[in-house]
Amino acid sequence: MDFLRPRTWAEALALKAERPEATPIQGGTDVMVEINLDKGRPAALLDLTPIPELREWSREGVEIRVGAGVTYSRLIAELGADLPGLAQASRTVGSPQIRNRGTVAGNLGAASPAGDSHPPLLACGAVVEAESVRGARLIPIRQFYTGVKRNALAPDELIHAVRVPAATGPQYFSKVGTRNAMVIAVCSFATALEPAERRVGTGIGSAAPTPRRAPDAEDFASGALDWDGRGPLDPAVARRFGELVAAAAAPIDDVRGRAAYRTHALAVMARRALGWAWDDLRGSA
Amino acid sequence: MRVNVTVNGRPMTADDVWEGESLLYVLRERLGLPGAKNACEQGECGSCTVYLDRTPVCACLVAAGQAEGREVVTVEGLAAGGGPDGEADGGLHEVQRAFVDAGAVQCGFCTPGLVVQAHALLAGADGVPPDADIREALAGNLCRCTGYEKILDAVRLAAARRHPTP
Repeated sequence: MDFLRPRTWAEALALKAERPEATPIQGGTDVMVEINLDKGRPAALLDLTPIPELREWSREGVEIRVGAGVTYSRLIAELGADLPGLAQASRTVGSPQIRNRGTVAGNLGAASPAGDSHPPLLACGAVVEAESVRGARLIPIRQFYTGVKRNALAPDELIHAVRVPAATGPQYFSKVGTRNAMVIAVCSFATALEPAERRVGTGIGSAAPTPRRAPDAEDFASGALDWDGRGPLDPAVARRFGELVAAAAAPIDDVRGRAAYRTHALAVMARRALGWAWDDLRGSA
Repeated sequence: MRVNVTVNGRPMTADDVWEGESLLYVLRERLGLPGAKNACEQGECGSCTVYLDRTPVCACLVAAGQAEGREVVTVEGLAAGGGPDGEADGGLHEVQRAFVDAGAVQCGFCTPGLVVQAHALLAGADGVPPDADIREALAGNLCRCTGYEKILDAVRLAAARRHPTP
């Protein structure tokens, strides 16, 4: 195995072009587990932690550009107001020690259907900034997940940053697990309200081969919510929203839970999350 | 490969390090520092918690090469005054003293990780942290003996001794 240590982003891209089989490593919370437990042995590790610019985030118009090396701990501490959905999801990742190392970009690279970052990124329409020596491109999050633990990155591409729209309304993330820490989601759900556009975003985790949206639920709620009067949420609307979210999932039975349980839990989480978000919106008026 | 890392304030060098090796393996097997414990090797148990550049991390999830040129403090470095805040008390750091006094140590395997993580919590806390904060801070450290109550007592005790009420 080789250990590649680029000092700059340009060097990292050059090394990835030369060695497309190299596995990028940031916090190591996925990559090192594979190696320690002998589940896989990469031909080379491409350590991205020495590159200072990856640890930065910046405000670019209506978006927050989160560098690939920004840890969950920093995201929680520094971006909770701008990216509440992603920050809530980040708080449920692993433990403090894991959040001190893990990154959203690492979650995207691994592309596990159970990754906690994915539902909030889907709900608010984030964009992945991928780059190789051939150039940079922006991949809408909806096109990013291509299969179980597979993503749209080309073999010579690295994730430079994630561009996440700053919240324009309430956002919520919900996750089912056996305890409050160190839990891989049995299933998870995120929603984001965009009152100016009268849109509701959704993201479903750990209940299909890839993270996915619930487009029918989005369209239904966007049309059914009382955006002008902002009256109390009609329980029938909340219930229907939950049903449509559950209908968008395609879960399996596995060690963490049964498909039927996941479907049921998703409907409950979606109904509640919409209620919390709507109450916040009414309270903020 | 060779890895140069400052451990507990001393520059150290490990040779013949395999590229897929963890920082934990380097500390325990190559640098003679067995304080951080090796258990789950997947970040679940917290037994290998050390400071990496003043941030508590699971040493089993840090690739050895990622520690190149960086500063590590292990549980051995707390008592020797080599900890981030340089405190020592009768051979034990005040967090270690509180674990002993509160009866928070049984088999002791989880203790080094808990001590480092509790040390980090108290370094950033004013007064005695609320129970919810202690539980959250220690959520990634498993103990199979104590049932955690004595560990929570130890953290409260260490915090109270640090911030005596007038």
